[in-house]
Amino acid sequence: MSASSSGQGSLVKGPRWLTAHALAVFAFLYLPIAILILYSFNGQGVGGFPPRDLTLNWYRILFNDGPIWDSVLNSLMVAFAAMLIALVFGIPAALALDRAQFPGKALFRRLVLLPLILPGIITGLSLLMLFRVADVKLSLFTIVLGHGTALISVATTEVFAGLQKLNRAQEEASLDLGATYWQTFWRITVPNLKLSIIGAALLIFTLSMDEIAVSFFLIGRDNTLPLEIWGRLRRGITPEINAISTIIFVFSLIAIVVWYRLRTRAEVTPEIGAELVETADH
Amino acid sequence: MFSRAYRTAVTVPPLVWVAVFLLVPYLLMFCYSFWSVSDSGTIVHSWNLDNYKELLTKPVYWQTLLRSMWIAARVMFFSMLLGYPLAYFLSFHAGGRKDLYYQLVIIPLWVSYLVRAYAWKTILGTDGVLNTLLQYVHATRHPLDFLLYSPFAVVLTLTHIYTPFTFLPIYASLEHIPRNLVEASHDLGATPQQTFWRVIFPLSIPGVLAGATFAFVLSLGDFLAPLLLGGPSGIMISNIVVSLFGAAYNWPLGASISLCMLAIVIGLLFFSERLEKKWSFS
Repeated sequence: MSASSSGQGSLVKGPRWLTAHALAVFAFLYLPIAILILYSFNGQGVGGFPPRDLTLNWYRILFNDGPIWDSVLNSLMVAFAAMLIALVFGIPAALALDRAQFPGKALFRRLVLLPLILPGIITGLSLLMLFRVADVKLSLFTIVLGHGTALISVATTEVFAGLQKLNRAQEEASLDLGATYWQTFWRITVPNLKLSIIGAALLIFTLSMDEIAVSFFLIGRDNTLPLEIWGRLRRGITPEINAISTIIFVFSLIAIVVWYRLRTRAEVTPEIGAELVETADH
Repeated sequence: MFSRAYRTAVTVPPLVWVAVFLLVPYLLMFCYSFWSVSDSGTIVHSWNLDNYKELLTKPVYWQTLLRSMWIAARVMFFSMLLGYPLAYFLSFHAGGRKDLYYQLVIIPLWVSYLVRAYAWKTILGTDGVLNTLLQYVHATRHPLDFLLYSPFAVVLTLTHIYTPFTFLPIYASLEHIPRNLVEASHDLGATPQQTFWRVIFPLSIPGVLAGATFAFVLSLGDFLAPLLLGGPSGIMISNIVVSLFGAAYNWPLGASISLCMLAIVIGLLFFSERLEKKWSFS
C-alpha cells in the first residue's frame, strides 16, 4: 500500500531533472522572442549588451514606413482569400473522406494532406511550373492559389476531426423530416462543425500570414509581409523588423486567446497534435 | 444515408481542385526533370536522363544532399531530445497547469518563422547579443565568430523552430495512453523506469515517429535558415534548387533535385507508416 502511494506521489511530482529540463526548453523557446521584443525598444538598434537608451523610435519609423504597411495589407488580403479557398474546398473534401466512397480515395486523401508535411519549396516550385506552362502571370493572385491549395490540408484535417465526433442522428432526422441536403448542410452540419471551421479558419489565416516558402516562388510585383521582411533582412539588420514582429506577436497572442476560449467553451481539447500523427502516418 | 448527388457534390469540386493544383504540378515537375535547357535559355522538351546523370556524377549535388540530410538528422535528434521529455512532463507531471503549459509550447509557433530565424541571427552575430554579453562579463575578449554562418547556427535555429512540431504529436500520443495502464504497472510493482520503458514509451511510438518525420522532412527542405544563418558551409540542397530556378536558370536540373527530395519525403512517410503499424498494439 505504501509502495503504491509513493508510486502515485512520484507520478504527480516527477523527478526534479524533468522539471529542470522543461524549464530549460521553455527558456530556449522563448529566448529569441524575448530578445526580439526587448530590442525593439533598444536605442542602439539590434544587438549589443546591455540594451540601452530605451526608445519608441523604431515604432515611429515603422508607422511611417509605407512599403511595410502595403505588404501588411497584401498579406491580409492574401490570407483572407486563401482562407476562403481552403474552406470552400477543404470542408467538402473532409465530408467526402468521411462519407463517400470513390476510386482513388486513398490517393486523394494522401494528396490533400501532402502539403502539410511537404517542404514549401516543393509545393511552390511545382505550382510555379504549372503557372509557367499555363502562362499565368505571377502576382498576389498566384500566391492566393498557392496558399489556398497548400492549406486545404489544414481545413480538411480540422473538419474531418470534427466530423468524427459528430453525431449523425441529427442529420438523419433532418433528412427524414423532409429537409433537402442543402438545408441539412447549412442548418445541421455547419452549425455542428462551427468550432472546427472557426478553428481551421484562424489557423489557415495565421499560417498564410506567415507563409514564405511557397510565396517565395510565386511572387509577382507586390510583396507579402514575410517577403518584405525577407528583402530587408537580406539587406542587413533593421530594428523596425523587431517592432513589426512584436506587434504581430501581440496580435497572434490575442488570436490564440480567442481560439482557446472558443475551444474550452465547447470543452473540446486541442486536436492538432493528434491530427499531425494522423497526417504523418497515413 | 447520403444520396449519390450529395456524395458527388462534396467529392468532385475538391477532387478537381486537387488534381489541377497538386497532381498536375507534381506531374509537371516529373516531366521537367527529364527535359533540358538550351543555350539560348529555352526549355527543350526532349526526354533524357541527363539531369539525373549530372546529379549522380557531380559531387556538389549529392554531397550537399548528404549534408542537408545530416543537418536534418541532427535537428530531428535535438528536437526529439527537447520535445519528448517536455511532452512527458506535461502529460504526466504538470497537474492542473497542463493546458497553460501546452499553450506556452504553442505560442512560439505563432511568431513568424522568419522572425525567429532572424532573432537567432541577432543573438549569434559578431556584434550580436551573445558576443557582446560575453565581452561585457569579460568571459571573452574577442567576439566568437564561429557562432553565426555555420551549420551549427542552422541546426540551432531549425531545432528551435521544429521542437514544438515534434512536441505536438508526441504529446498527443502520450495523452491517449489510458492512465489505468500506467497505474496497473505501478501497482504490479514496476519501478517508474520500468513503467516508462515497458508501457509508456512503446505506446508513444506513433507520436515519436510523426514528430521525427516532421522535424526531418521540414528541415531537409528548408532554404531560408541556411541563407540567413548558414554561410558557405551551411548551404543546403534547397539553396541549390533555388539558385537553379533563379540566377543559374536550369529549371529541369532543379526539378530533378526537387523530385529526389519528394521521393525521399514520400519514402520516409511510407517507412514511418510501416514502422507505426508494426508498433501499434491497438
